[in-house]
Amino acid sequence: MMLIACPHCGPRAHVEFAYARTVDAILPLAAAPADAARILYERDNPRGLSRELWRHTYGCRAWLRLTRHTATHEITEVVPWPGA
Amino acid sequence: MAGRMTAPFRSASGGLVDRTQSIAFDFDGRRLDGHPGDTLASALLANGVRLVGRSFKHHRPRGILAAGVEEPNALVGVGTGGRFEPNTRATDLFLYEGLTAASQNRWPSLAWDAGAASQLIAPFIPAGFYYKTFFGGPKPWSVYERFIRRAAGLGRPPSKADVDAFDHRSAFCDVLVVGAGPAGLAAARAAAEAGARVILAEQDGRLGGALMRDPAEIDGRDGLRWADVVAGLVRERNGRVLTRTTAAGFHDHGLVSLAERRVEAGQAPTTGPSQRIWHVRARRVVLAQGAIERPLLFPGNDKPGVMLASAARTYAARWGVRCGARAVVAGCDDGAYLTALTLAEAGVEIAAVADSRSAANGALADAARARFACHLDAVMMAAHGGRAVGGATLRAGGRTFNLACDLIAMSGGQTPVVHLHMQAGGGLAWDETSGAFNPVAPRQNQESCGAGAGVHGLARVLEDGWRAGARAAALAGYPSPGEAPSTRSGSRQLAPTSAGAAGGLPEGASARTAFIDFQNDVTAADVDLAWREGYRSVEHLKRYTTLGMASDQGKTSNLAGLVRMAGALGKSPPEVGLTTFRPPYTPVTFGALAGRRVGEHVAPNRRLALEVAHGEIGAAWQPSGYWRRPRSYPKTGEAPAAAALREARMARTAVGLTDISTLGKFEIAGPDAAAFLELICATGVARLAAGRGRYTIMLREDGIVADDGTVWRLGQQRYLMTSSTGGADTMATHLSYVRRVLAPRLRVSAVAVQERWAGIAVAGPRARGLIADLVGGPPPAHMAVAPARIAGQDILLLGASYSGERAFEAYVPWFAAGPVWDALARAAAARGGGPYGLDAMDLLRIEKGHIVTGAEIDGRLSPHDLGLTKVLRRRGYVGWAGLQRPDFQRPDRLRLVGLEAVEGALPDGAMLLAADGAAPDGHVSSAGRRVLGEGAIGLGLVKGGPDRLGETLIVSSPTRGLRGRARLVAPVFYDPEGTLYRD
Repeated sequence: MMLIACPHCGPRAHVEFAYARTVDAILPLAAAPADAARILYERDNPRGLSRELWRHTYGCRAWLRLTRHTATHEITEVVPWPGA
Repeated sequence: MAGRMTAPFRSASGGLVDRTQSIAFDFDGRRLDGHPGDTLASALLANGVRLVGRSFKHHRPRGILAAGVEEPNALVGVGTGGRFEPNTRATDLFLYEGLTAASQNRWPSLAWDAGAASQLIAPFIPAGFYYKTFFGGPKPWSVYERFIRRAAGLGRPPSKADVDAFDHRSAFCDVLVVGAGPAGLAAARAAAEAGARVILAEQDGRLGGALMRDPAEIDGRDGLRWADVVAGLVRERNGRVLTRTTAAGFHDHGLVSLAERRVEAGQAPTTGPSQRIWHVRARRVVLAQGAIERPLLFPGNDKPGVMLASAARTYAARWGVRCGARAVVAGCDDGAYLTALTLAEAGVEIAAVADSRSAANGALADAARARFACHLDAVMMAAHGGRAVGGATLRAGGRTFNLACDLIAMSGGQTPVVHLHMQAGGGLAWDETSGAFNPVAPRQNQESCGAGAGVHGLARVLEDGWRAGARAAALAGYPSPGEAPSTRSGSRQLAPTSAGAAGGLPEGASARTAFIDFQNDVTAADVDLAWREGYRSVEHLKRYTTLGMASDQGKTSNLAGLVRMAGALGKSPPEVGLTTFRPPYTPVTFGALAGRRVGEHVAPNRRLALEVAHGEIGAAWQPSGYWRRPRSYPKTGEAPAAAALREARMARTAVGLTDISTLGKFEIAGPDAAAFLELICATGVARLAAGRGRYTIMLREDGIVADDGTVWRLGQQRYLMTSSTGGADTMATHLSYVRRVLAPRLRVSAVAVQERWAGIAVAGPRARGLIADLVGGPPPAHMAVAPARIAGQDILLLGASYSGERAFEAYVPWFAAGPVWDALARAAAARGGGPYGLDAMDLLRIEKGHIVTGAEIDGRLSPHDLGLTKVLRRRGYVGWAGLQRPDFQRPDRLRLVGLEAVEGALPDGAMLLAADGAAPDGHVSSAGRRVLGEGAIGLGLVKGGPDRLGETLIVSSPTRGLRGRARLVAPVFYDPEGTLYRD
């Protein structure tokens, strides 16, 4: 089980968190229809660093940006979602 | 007295059992005695019981192979009733008074097993049998099935619910040490001396590991005394020593799970849980799991009486048990000589020692040669005997000869236990000398030491453990400890120092009964066959032959199988590679994994504010997510369908009230509240006047309808939005996502108020009068909202209809729901009405053509499909871009229609077909009946539905044996103009 260092609450077990999606799958409100399907469905599955949106659901409830290695689960960055 | 209790194969003294006390136990209906400190295996061997099970596939007689958790053969069912546990290793089960154990895989009895006849047809159950059988089509399977059903499975599952409690616990420490053999103890001592807080976990019931098998002196003390001193030191430094605790898994980010047995399998705990799972986060983890001896490969190596050399030594030294009267010892390192000396000391006659090496020097070899017939370049060719070993064939010095014996103690070398190291993402390096993989390149916060890291010889093991412990403490921030423990050198009791390996099948020996995987009955011939049939990857070999896939996970067999496969491929073992090591290291019961999350505690239990009130008037309950809600309020003897119809008719003809407290509710406030709601809702919100409300739908980003509800403008910058019960939590997350991630600049707050407000709907032709009387004035118009007072409570009163009748929803503070419900119920009763439940609500809404999340809103349909195009705004809401995809414009998508039964049944979920045998055109999403009239009606999702009104389709539910025909009609059966609910 991963240990995620919440910038507000400190290191917590990942059962407290909910994974939302990779950052590149966030569909901007102004996206054109032609981009919507591509952003939502055409997904990369890299072996390597993945930038992801998580939420500390059973903690501070903040949305977080997390960078995680998909093979080793090494987490190199956890920051509050910019602007949130 | 004591003499009478001593079992036939137990020495008069020595070992770690208490001969002054005896423990009675039952094995296959036989009452036997053992002593405190015994395992079931040691007690059985002491009593001369050597046949303990039948093998999985061929039902061959099997005895005890090992003395630890790697045991593949001696699996028993333990305990009775709610404490029965199958597949328990007799070697990993300590005796307790009243223990009841039964052998497995035999019928009718262990000695006379009918399935053993399958040995005669063993050539017909080769590797890949199941694959071949199924590829052969249904016919061969039907031939084999009866035979396989009888033979299949390992043990039997318990038939009763577990009566004991299981617990989970979290713990933290500086250094977790896994394994309390000499290496682990040295590591624990180093870390504790440095000041680190240590958790020392040992799967055995005692500390000491190999010191119980090969006694030695450490730091001037008996090794086991020294172990106690180390444990004392750990506890003194605020650490914890856990015995009967197996490190089951090494997970991500340094989490190690420990499975602790507080009592033995089948045993009742005096207090507390029977097992406990520990979730341990340590700064550093020292893995000192030791090594597992490999069997030798020769025909008949699975017969009772053939056992691992280290196990034979353990039974002799730890339990004072002779595993036979006359032994042949066959090995590949100095352990063979140590075994012969230890067994001889326990009173076993040594027929011969066979060393596969061409030279052996040192004190152990010299001492053994002085006493026994010792052969170099010696190979074990075969074991003979029926239900037990009666002899052995050896080849040495160019000749082959037979020896009478009832015990063969074998060693093919030591395999370091690298399971946790590998689970933690570590690497392996092949060691040609020991013929095994050693752990290298740790990836997490782990270090391996001792025999588990391929280090041999007690002095070196102690030093290695000490180094690992000191390093772990240093990395956890503690200074270096004092001095490493030392052992008296020159002792003949020292563990063997040289590593060796003997893996192959002797030349000229048959592979057919040379077993590699004892538990899954995989022979060398099976591996060869897999290779001949084209399997080249070790992963395929594993799945095809099932090698290493039994409950022992191949602890004694994986490496031997790999070596044989590599030999066939002409490659080295590291080129072939190993299969994945997965948790748990040894089986963990489901009960322990579940912990306290059983029964009522599986999920939260959400209770309505009015739960007691509903119960008092006889509610029949229905689970609804984490809630339970009244399904109906049946009168005595009234069937559920009759109760639902009575309640629905009451609402249509008089007045009914129903609890809608579980609806999702959100308060949206702030200068940008309207702008935010226009993102969430696909319907118009901004032009809603204060005090008014509107039906709304919310889309997912891909354009699919996520949920529906209502939105009410309570003030200039303040709104109340509702959503479905089941969608409430998803909606809460969605609102937060849009608010925080997509539109962080909006000045708005969105708060879930689901449990702030209880909700009571009042519906029916007499609802308006009822509300007017209670609030003392005109009630709000349809789709209007106003504050009001009922029964002295401040409430929100909404004019809203789900049933199709003139209706109101009273939103009451959760804590004040009781008095308001009581007042409404009294007023309804006075008007010939009363409460109605979910079933009646369903009948009412289906007749009115209202869609519902979970039936029509099924996660696949767009607003167009659901006939909601007219309520959509032109653009600007979440889901708009996704909704523009061309596929959503196709007319032949599943679309909402009404269904009217023409004949037969119209059941929920049934297929709708144009003709028998045709592909389904759709399905019945909701099934009901006319409330006041007669006849079955429903809602359906049909390809191109609204363009096909008037068509009749076949209704078919083959699984329920129901059939009928239904006409496609407009999906509103009751008051289509909506005249009833307007004033």
